[in-house]
Amino acid sequence: MTPRRQRMVLIGLVVAGVAVSAALALQAFRENVLFFFSPTEIAAGNAPVERGFRLGGMVADGSVARTEGSLTIDFVVTDYAHSIPVSYTGVLPDLFGEGQGVVARGQLNEDGSFTAEEILAKHDENYMPPEVAEALERGRAAGTQ
Amino acid sequence: MIPELGQFALVLALGLSLIQASVPLAGATIGRQDWMALARPMAAGQFVFVALAFAVLAHSSMTDDFSVRYVAINSNSALPLIYKLAAVWGGHEGSLLLWLLILATWTLAVAFASRSLPEVFAARVIGVLGIVSVGVLAFTILTSNPFDRLLPAAADGNDLNPLLQDPALVIHPPMLYVGYVGLAVPFAFAIAALLTGSLDKNWARWTRPWTISAWVFLTIGISLGSWWAYYELGWGGWWFWDPVENASFMPWLAGTALIHSLAVTERRGIFKSWTVLLAIAAFSLSLLGTFLVRSGVLISVHAFAADPARGLFILLLLSVISGGALLLYGVRAGQMEAEGGFRLVSREAFLLLNNILLLVATAAVLFGTLYPLFLDALGLGKISVGPPYFNSVFLVPMLPMLVLLGAGMHASWLSQKGETLARKLAPAAVIAIISAITVPLVVYGGGSVFTVIGLAVGFWVVLTALWDPITRALPRKTRPLPLSRAQWGMSVAHLGVGVFVLGVTVTSSFGIESDQSMRPGDTLDVAGYSFAFRDVRQVEGINYEAVEAEVEVRRDGQLVTILTPQKRVYRVQQSPMTEAAIDPALNRDLFIALGEPLGGGAWSVRVQYKPFIRFIWLGTLIMAFGGLLAATDRRYRAVPQTSRAVSSPQPATESV
Repeated sequence: MTPRRQRMVLIGLVVAGVAVSAALALQAFRENVLFFFSPTEIAAGNAPVERGFRLGGMVADGSVARTEGSLTIDFVVTDYAHSIPVSYTGVLPDLFGEGQGVVARGQLNEDGSFTAEEILAKHDENYMPPEVAEALERGRAAGTQ
Repeated sequence: MIPELGQFALVLALGLSLIQASVPLAGATIGRQDWMALARPMAAGQFVFVALAFAVLAHSSMTDDFSVRYVAINSNSALPLIYKLAAVWGGHEGSLLLWLLILATWTLAVAFASRSLPEVFAARVIGVLGIVSVGVLAFTILTSNPFDRLLPAAADGNDLNPLLQDPALVIHPPMLYVGYVGLAVPFAFAIAALLTGSLDKNWARWTRPWTISAWVFLTIGISLGSWWAYYELGWGGWWFWDPVENASFMPWLAGTALIHSLAVTERRGIFKSWTVLLAIAAFSLSLLGTFLVRSGVLISVHAFAADPARGLFILLLLSVISGGALLLYGVRAGQMEAEGGFRLVSREAFLLLNNILLLVATAAVLFGTLYPLFLDALGLGKISVGPPYFNSVFLVPMLPMLVLLGAGMHASWLSQKGETLARKLAPAAVIAIISAITVPLVVYGGGSVFTVIGLAVGFWVVLTALWDPITRALPRKTRPLPLSRAQWGMSVAHLGVGVFVLGVTVTSSFGIESDQSMRPGDTLDVAGYSFAFRDVRQVEGINYEAVEAEVEVRRDGQLVTILTPQKRVYRVQQSPMTEAAIDPALNRDLFIALGEPLGGGAWSVRVQYKPFIRFIWLGTLIMAFGGLLAATDRRYRAVPQTSRAVSSPQPATESV
């Protein structure tokens, strides 16, 4: 092959490679996008049951319950208009607590409860996850209607 | 009074940078020697005043001057002195000041080292750096003044975020910024070359050591961040594909591509416009990274709405600097002529593929990082992109790149017989594959397909990187040419890549993580180690109180270590923080973190066994050391005199 032909082959290979990568990337993207829902949106039936998503709101006061010595914890996430019972097994992030904002990644069960696989950590006391702040805002709006 | 001095110094620095950004560039265009001669004094003066401003803020922080708003927000009188210094760059305004100081330092270094360059070219390089400086100085003074007063003064400060009170985090931001901002130098060289309209091999030779130096710092900075996240933040994870991490990783990927593309441009005089484009892209990604992290846009895109001036300024700055550069590129890139072609199997072709694969990975990371922000900004819903996305879009281009890397190191420039290369490297490939299958079987009693692929690639890169140094050391009849320092640099840096890949593969294949509820007296077995939970007690630190657990680790009855993980509460912010305890070793880390009390004297604990996780950071350090070797190669130091710089042929050197 002449050098020119060779370069054409190389360019062809590169274009094909980039196209394949782009297709794979989009596929991976579609599979791994996590949507965010507030308790009000879940109550309205917007959240999927068969795939995972992120749930955000406040941990309701007095709702945290744990069997003594067990890693499993139950609590209620609320946006003050609607509430979702959540269950989680594992080590909690430092700033988890009643009356604090929380984001949980997991799946909705048939009975309307939520099983969390991960509780997302906050990095400081005053920081409210923006999704949670907005969800609370919308919950308040829905509650006053 | 002193803080006002700092602000005054910043304004003076802005004045000088305005001159630096305009007069030398104009002088270069119309050929006025005296105008161009202003570049260096302005750069030096700017350095003095930015350094003064920085020293003033450091002074305010160390002397607890809580009438300065920034100090009141980010420091506290009870803070240890070293963290009072770290508080200078712990917040938005101060970190911009650090950014400026580093830019001024790089500019000063360029000003001194560029005496051997043609006067017109040096004036343009320093002028372009001046433009960047004007933008960031104006941004700092107009929207993010670190010297704003708080009246009346606060009684005490709000404290540095406890997460940042850590030795690694004291040096992580400066290292990272030296790398980020260092990419401004190849950017300035690229713009100067576009303005001059000549982009020859000399240009690439001047640019290479600067680019590699910046890359070395960026590599160290990112590693420090990863290491810190591992022991402080991540509960044992070392990389999360968090937007903040991606923001630093994208310039690194583009910078890595740039280093390799520069090699081709220097040696062969081709890929010129591609190299220039990469230089622009790498610095634009640095700017984007700085502002993604520092503007608050990641916390909420609505932070922009809360402070429209800042957001608008950032967009303006990015579009002027990157957009202007791209516009110039569009106008001038056509003038750059390749000085030859290349063949399908050659060092050039391997490096081209390296570049493409690195950029595919960069683009995929960029997409995953920015797309959620765009959706949110347009009000189309809140999404997040999980780590599995990044893992797959990163691994798919990187695995072939690593395979090509091993072969590319041994391919000749211009043209290479495929069979010769295959024959030379076949032993390395065979050894890599056999070890990848047997090592996990022998050491860990099994492994997945992923393990075998990862190990094969890792061994392959290690072997091919060491091939030349080792075969040359063997006794033989004809003595081969000694390796140049640049060649050593290449081998060492690639060895680091291999070590890194091995570390990632082993730790993700054979790492064990176990969350448990433990009471004093309980024992847990993980990977042949028994963790005995002895006791929980109160301890006191300088500015925190903590609950400390004592965990005795034994293996076959022998005491290995006693680990004392803590749950700290920092007095000022009253926020709890987990301080994991780690017993490090080259072949495995034992990691234990204390969760929360579960009632009845039980605590939640996370116990982890992380085999060869140290290889991850060891690998990146080796990479950085390789970069250091390459950047200090003799041919970059043996610079010809100014008068001969343009015309004289360069001595032929055996080089990478």
